[in-house]
Amino acid sequence: MRMPLLDVQNLTTYYTIRRGNVKAVEDVSFFLEEGEAMGLAGESGCGKTTVALSLLGILPANGEIVHGKILFKGRDIRQLSEGELKKEIRWKAMSLIFQGAMNAMNPMYRVEDQIIEAIKVHESKVTKKEAKERIAKLFEMVGLEPERARNYPHEYSGGMRQRAMIAMALACNPAVLIADEPGTALDVIVQAQVLKLMNELRKKLNLAMIMITHDLSIISEVCDKLAIMYAGRLVEVGDIFSMFKNPLHPYTQGLIAAFPGIYAPKQEMKALPGSPPNLLNPPKGCRFAPRCPYVMDICKKKTPQLKEASKSHLVACHLANK
Amino acid sequence: MAEPVIKVENLTKWFDVKLGFFKTLVSKQKLFVHAVDGINFEIKKGELLGLAGESGSGKTTTGRVIMRLIEPTSGKIYFKGKDITHLDEVRMKPLRRQMQIVFQDPYESLNPRMTVGDIISEPMKLQGTIDGKELENRVYTILEEAKLIPPGEFIFRYPHELSGGQRQRVATARAFVLNPEFIVADEPVSMLDASIRAEILQLMLTLVKKYNTSFLYITHDLALARHVCDNIAIMYLGEIVEKGTIDQVIFESLHPYTKALMKAVPDPDPTSKRIEVVIKGEIPSPVNPPSGCRFHTRCPSNIGDICKKVKPPLIDVGKGHFVACHLYSGKSKK
Repeated sequence: MRMPLLDVQNLTTYYTIRRGNVKAVEDVSFFLEEGEAMGLAGESGCGKTTVALSLLGILPANGEIVHGKILFKGRDIRQLSEGELKKEIRWKAMSLIFQGAMNAMNPMYRVEDQIIEAIKVHESKVTKKEAKERIAKLFEMVGLEPERARNYPHEYSGGMRQRAMIAMALACNPAVLIADEPGTALDVIVQAQVLKLMNELRKKLNLAMIMITHDLSIISEVCDKLAIMYAGRLVEVGDIFSMFKNPLHPYTQGLIAAFPGIYAPKQEMKALPGSPPNLLNPPKGCRFAPRCPYVMDICKKKTPQLKEASKSHLVACHLANK
Repeated sequence: MAEPVIKVENLTKWFDVKLGFFKTLVSKQKLFVHAVDGINFEIKKGELLGLAGESGSGKTTTGRVIMRLIEPTSGKIYFKGKDITHLDEVRMKPLRRQMQIVFQDPYESLNPRMTVGDIISEPMKLQGTIDGKELENRVYTILEEAKLIPPGEFIFRYPHELSGGQRQRVATARAFVLNPEFIVADEPVSMLDASIRAEILQLMLTLVKKYNTSFLYITHDLALARHVCDNIAIMYLGEIVEKGTIDQVIFESLHPYTKALMKAVPDPDPTSKRIEVVIKGEIPSPVNPPSGCRFHTRCPSNIGDICKKVKPPLIDVGKGHFVACHLYSGKSKK
């Protein structure tokens, strides 16, 4: 059988705080093929960013992966040492574009020096001259003038910083690019430019992408498949066509209804009532049960598992899995 | 014809650019940020007008100048036919009861030391309209209308105990509590999680309809504007480039800038055509805006010299659809 590029199995990540464990990510499984783009969506606090941090092993000190496997090309990266992660995984296998491009760079250093530093940490053999040549190529690829690499971040506009962040993330030629909220804080035209750039790079470099966002419309523009998270769990995964046309989980349905398209007929905007549960003490059974309009008895007792509803469309809901 | 609730004429706001000491001595002319440059529009009773554009297009400044939170450089602001452009603070105070604003960031616009009950009763106390039992009842009613239920529980909470959505409900309740004639909502949902934006806007719409309030909705999100507004004006570098009913502007866009914006809006329907990028670069600096048509430096339909030299007037091309572009200069209906 062909092996997926990235295979995440039952990933469970907790944060320890004084009052107990915050069950930020629970039993999350998905896979990503080479060149495939997946959107990971959900409300703030549903664990999307924690998934990304877990993949790269850069959780904050109180966070810990308590269970699960992260297989990159068949190797479980949870078994690797910190040194191996640094040399082989971070930036080289998977790299992350952090949320808030405006603030993710050090204002005291030239953009070029920051990228050189990143390259040298992960590929110690590269000389400064080679790194500079690489940066010039990267800048050209993301649509920035190579001379601008000598500038400081404050001399860039928002769109340019986002492009520089992308160039930096690609510096060590990763196979997977994780983008955390790449469109937020950008204007619609600049956002469109950045999304188009990411689409082009993906084709050109055969990049696999995970796009983390709460804006479903961005995912539908860029991704092949969509995974919806709710309160730390994946509730539905599928290709974007069947997800948008035929959402099965009541949460996905509510989320999609909350995004009126610009060409859609003018309608009353609906939203899901209530708010997500506290993850220190999540409800038993299905975590969405307290807000679900179709809640049944079984939902409050048994946690629904992700099951195939149709080809390449999985859902975790007692209603759909009956 | 009924008098518009808000009318602005040639409204202009230039901000001084602060120069260093040496530059002040050397430079011959003063520099200004042309934030808002001669815009005209009116809002009728109960009308929902959208004001859309990129950051730096002057939409927020427009909202604040109308509220007299910033002094205009020139032009006139009329509230129900009365010129309020230069009213002093004493004369403005009774009018403030009728004009309210909801700010963008609910994390900064609510005083962290006040409870929800205090925040909502403060406008009534300042205006001295009602007090005692009546005031308390009003607080309860408006909290209920803002879906902060049960109100008896919420009045004792502090802003830090509320989620972003709940905070913006409090800000909305505060704006509506005096039953104003006119409300400015400056990007009221842009700081919120995308999944609850629709919910908060729907709440505002319900209250606007109920109180028959005139509403100026400042936004960069055209998809949401489409579902909220009756009419919309598109701003670019301090000027209105197109205005009309929401359907005219979205489905029959005329100005190349509006067309480019429309193509850049991501759509949640995966079968629809994906976004296109027809214009390059970012909005130019408002300190030294381009000559002629301000959009000519980025315009894909630039027709040459005239765009560079002559500023296109905002003309009516029929049925109240206005556009400021030389492509349509022969099509004026007036």
